[in-house]
Amino acid sequence: MAKNTIKKDSGFGIAQLILFISIAILVIFVAWPVLLILFNAFFIDGKFNSLDFYNVLTEPETFQALINSLIIASMTTIGSTIVGTFFAWLVTRTDLPYKTFMKSLFLVPFMLPSFIGALAWKMLLSPHSGYINKWFMATFNTAEPLFDIYTYHGISCVEVMYLFPFVFIQVCGALERMDPTLEESARISGAGLFTITRKITIPLVMPSIMSGALLIMLYSMAHFGTVAVLGIEQGIYNIPTLIYEKIHQSAGSFESIRTGTVLATVLIVSAAAIIWAQQKILSKGHYQIIGGKSFRPMELKLRGLRYPLLFFCLAYIAFTILLPTVIIFMVGGVETYGLPLTWENLSLDNYKYILFEYDVTRDAIFNSVTLGLAAAFITMFAGVMISYVIVKMKVRGKGILEFLGMLPFSVPGSVIALGVILAWSGQFGINLYNTVWIILVSYIARYMAFSLKANSAALEQVHDSLMEASRSCGASMWQSLKDIVIPLVRPGMISAFFLIFLPALRELTVSIMLYAPTTRTIGVAIYTLNEDGETVMSTALAGIALILIVLGQMLINHLTKKASE
Amino acid sequence: MENIITVEGVCKSYAAHQVHNNLNLEVKRGECFTLLGPSGCGKTVLIRMIAGHDVPDEGRICIDNTVVSDNATGEYIPPERRGLGIVFQDYAVWPHMTVFENIAYPLKMEKRPKDEINELVMKMIDIVGMKGLDKRLPSELSGGQQQRVALARALVADPSVMLLDEPLSNLDANLREEMRFEIKALQKRFGITVMFVTHDQEVALAISDRMAIMDTKGNIRQIGTPYEIFEQPVDLFVFKFMGIANFLHVTQKGGDYLVGSGSQPIPWEKPQGGAASWVAGFRPSDVDIHREGPGLKGIIRRANFLGATMDYMIEIDGETLRTELETHTAINNNLMFKEGEECYITFKALHWFDAEQLKEVEE
Amino acid sequence: MSYIRLINVTKKFGDVTAVDNLNIEIGKGECFSMLGPSGCGKTTTLRMVAGFEDLSDGEVWVGDRLLSSPKKRHYTPPENRNFGMVFQAFAVWPHMSVYENVAFPLRLRKLPNAEIEQRTKDALTATNLLKSANDSPADLSGGGKQRVALARALAINPDVMLLDEPLSSLDPHLREEMRFEIKDLQRKYGFSIIYVTHDQSEAMALSDRILVMKLGVMQQIDTPLNVYNNPTNKFVFSFIGVSSFTDVHWQDGKAFIQGSDHALPSGLIVPDRMKGEETFNLASRPTEIRFTNASDPNGVRGQVMRKAFLGEIVDYLIKIGDQEVRVQIGRRDPGPEVDEVCYLHFLRPFWYKVNE
Repeated sequence: MAKNTIKKDSGFGIAQLILFISIAILVIFVAWPVLLILFNAFFIDGKFNSLDFYNVLTEPETFQALINSLIIASMTTIGSTIVGTFFAWLVTRTDLPYKTFMKSLFLVPFMLPSFIGALAWKMLLSPHSGYINKWFMATFNTAEPLFDIYTYHGISCVEVMYLFPFVFIQVCGALERMDPTLEESARISGAGLFTITRKITIPLVMPSIMSGALLIMLYSMAHFGTVAVLGIEQGIYNIPTLIYEKIHQSAGSFESIRTGTVLATVLIVSAAAIIWAQQKILSKGHYQIIGGKSFRPMELKLRGLRYPLLFFCLAYIAFTILLPTVIIFMVGGVETYGLPLTWENLSLDNYKYILFEYDVTRDAIFNSVTLGLAAAFITMFAGVMISYVIVKMKVRGKGILEFLGMLPFSVPGSVIALGVILAWSGQFGINLYNTVWIILVSYIARYMAFSLKANSAALEQVHDSLMEASRSCGASMWQSLKDIVIPLVRPGMISAFFLIFLPALRELTVSIMLYAPTTRTIGVAIYTLNEDGETVMSTALAGIALILIVLGQMLINHLTKKASE
Repeated sequence: MENIITVEGVCKSYAAHQVHNNLNLEVKRGECFTLLGPSGCGKTVLIRMIAGHDVPDEGRICIDNTVVSDNATGEYIPPERRGLGIVFQDYAVWPHMTVFENIAYPLKMEKRPKDEINELVMKMIDIVGMKGLDKRLPSELSGGQQQRVALARALVADPSVMLLDEPLSNLDANLREEMRFEIKALQKRFGITVMFVTHDQEVALAISDRMAIMDTKGNIRQIGTPYEIFEQPVDLFVFKFMGIANFLHVTQKGGDYLVGSGSQPIPWEKPQGGAASWVAGFRPSDVDIHREGPGLKGIIRRANFLGATMDYMIEIDGETLRTELETHTAINNNLMFKEGEECYITFKALHWFDAEQLKEVEE
Repeated sequence: MSYIRLINVTKKFGDVTAVDNLNIEIGKGECFSMLGPSGCGKTTTLRMVAGFEDLSDGEVWVGDRLLSSPKKRHYTPPENRNFGMVFQAFAVWPHMSVYENVAFPLRLRKLPNAEIEQRTKDALTATNLLKSANDSPADLSGGGKQRVALARALAINPDVMLLDEPLSSLDPHLREEMRFEIKDLQRKYGFSIIYVTHDQSEAMALSDRILVMKLGVMQQIDTPLNVYNNPTNKFVFSFIGVSSFTDVHWQDGKAFIQGSDHALPSGLIVPDRMKGEETFNLASRPTEIRFTNASDPNGVRGQVMRKAFLGEIVDYLIKIGDQEVRVQIGRRDPGPEVDEVCYLHFLRPFWYKVNE
């Protein structure tokens, strides 16, 4: 044994330093911008003023946006919950053919960014120029379109198409993990399958359904893209689109910033309430339904309905995924929007143009890729460090970090964008406004939650005794980190990286509020080109984005498969 | 024999909960010493303090004549320089390293030459019966095999002491039996000191040279050889903790001690000492059961055939006791009782305990 | 007298025969156990009786009711069989109170409210749960949850109770206690029990008769004592309790334990049916061997490899030739020390052919 002894260290050590850095990161990137929003919403000239907050809120325009957000989010949530639960039940509790394949098919909507979906539906179902409506009016010789997408219904339907997997995944997981004997014991008690579904199965997965539903509620309340593409034409604004409108149109006047902060405050409060409700449901109502011995769960025999239901599922996927994707690629291939979609009219010219010649789109692709990579790298490493402190370290003052660590989960994108504008536009010495750096800063804040989630999950798998074992084998603390902890959390880090990079590639909500002419991202470029009437270019770029997303997803699948082998 | 681990006056609290108060313990060189106690008694905390993963609030710990932790002087040696081998309850085998890499790690930390590492590791793999599995990852091994890797890793660098923290509790019953004999065999082979922590009295009895019994409050009640602990328990707690125990309440009438509320005196010498009331304690094997007297008359309340043994619950004047009999013996001696039949029992051994102690333990 | 009848019951999963041509008759009020290692088909058999698995062939009857028969194209679904069933993982519904769990099967039968209340209370009283009636099952311990499952199964007053490893999720102490409770309930209500377990002492303690199964094939059906005393084959012997097997071979007309220079003593008689075998097994249980001295005509010479004091018993590993035998004696019985030469008296030797 080594005879030299060391003093027990006390006071300010390496642990405190790491804790301090972790707290600083979360404060600078997340807490500070949010605080600025709250401050600006409630204080005028440094004085607390809640009356004015109320006044702004009750202005017809803001109030309407609030109501719209609620209406759209409610309809979307109800729709997605029904669709998601139904399909989840279908693939786990019936004898639907090709169940595993169908299950993976229902996850595909995750890949399609909803604002690109919205764009496609606009081309299909806008009241006068949508292809389906035009075809319908011509065929049946009527002036009434088949379906007007520029409505609350239209917007909610499009959101449901791309958000229902949130519920689907949660419910599928719960149904698959559920102990089959819970249902079997009801059956031996004398209950038929219908009674069991009603009295046992559905109540038991209710917490998962609710938690998925709340996730969608939160997402939809704060969702920019679909409402921006489909709502603005008819004057339907929700909170994020109105914030954007205010900030964008009035070039940062005090009044519009104030309206923005008030709306953002409403978003923060509702997000906090939703997260709180979700935690409550998950912790209190989450039953221990995972069983011991596993048998195949009982399956409802669909009999004559087997193939009709399979056809229905395939038709649903074809209608919501295939049709929009095809229309994107086809419209991206015509010379001008409105030409009939015939073979003669299609070419690759637009794609060549936006990839190699058109500055706006070339820059956008470059910006999105570099921003995505940078944000993913930085956030991944910051996330590992912060998660390590939260999960593994025993150090005083950790409570503050645990609280701050919750923040990124409950701050919606448009709030972050507004907060970042308040924090980094020169009032506090540094002006990043109109540069790519401000977008990078906001991406880090926006995706910190993903990184924290993936990394803490990975770290929780690394039991303390693994590290203690290496210390006892003669390795110092740093040596143990290098040899044991880092290799074991590497899969978590890689998954964090992609969880950030892929969404960043298609980001719209935050970038749209922060872009300058040279700092457009892919999302911004698609959106602004569309606004400017460059429908064809916008659509072609959307097609390119889809290809990038699918390639990225394939890369992830490949890597995770390799990691699990 | 010389002490290799000494624990002097160690105190440890977590928040308001005091785990240890002035704990003293000595482990001698070359012995297998077991710390036995119910779960939550603080035995794991003690072993973590000896290993250096935790620091005492007060007191001194020495290993191999070196102070490794002393609150009076502030001396503290970190775990990696204490030269110990440790085996954890959950194996703590590193999942990203092969069997070879796991076992080689302590040697790598000592910067031994490559071919020496190679030789030592392969020898160790052979000793723990894992030949041919050196390139496997832990996920491809069974629980018992992972435990063997953990043992090999703890032993490979030739530590002065090996600490084992409940190493068998995640294994199934058969494997647990097999591994406890293997650990004992390894200890003999390497002549190494072993400190073993467990809540399973059978493992402790089977493996130890000496053992310490710790109660729920973290106090050591008795230290001794397995035989001493089992046959000469210092108090009721130790007696009850070491196996199935029967306690008969007695009422004192004249000079006799009568079972329960009845009139049959306990056929054993009378208790010595000043307790207000007494209970008679004995083990199932301390009882002989007969068809006819003399002895305490009782009724078979439950007759349970368990295969190799017959298990009887007997009621004597409102008190119940359990006894076991080998099936073979029972059949040969006409002792296969049915429920409701009369029987007579006599004692081969009996301990008198203060009735207050029973109340305390039952809380 | 037979009440539950399984006739030629067979279950195939693809090419694998999980249960092979099983014939069982169980009496009314009998406690019948199915015992075997995992994968022996005992659970599949129980699930066929319950109706959760189809039969590939054969018939299941209860009384004069035919429940399953693929040949006659007859199948009564589980909900119409009127059985009580208790599962290993408790399977109590966490979203209902204890009371509602137990009342659920009664409500399905559309009984009058007063009767539902009475019978639920009776079942809760029988299982000592009346105090916890309004609790959530999640707040109960493992034993408490299993009592709820029992009460729920009892409430409908079933003729047959199916128990699928009901105690293996409980800790050993509780397991013993619940074993007695199940037995007491059966005495009180008089239902028949089919009990599936892999724990032989549990089956022994609880059952009137035991079925031992291996790879879907019936090995023995008999009372616990007979299964223990007269196992029909090597598998049954090895599955009931701890056992040692030694290889024995013939040399010059004398039987030698493998690797030993000493022939088996005159007191240990090899049965005639081993005469033609080159090698065969001497099987024993650790509690049915005694230490004796060199002059005893039963004494088999060996050497103590290992001795462990385990409290009530002392556990020995004895080497005879290159074979090992486990011996357990009481803590008061005299026994040899490690490395000493010793002589073993096999009180009840069993002889088996190698490939039996």
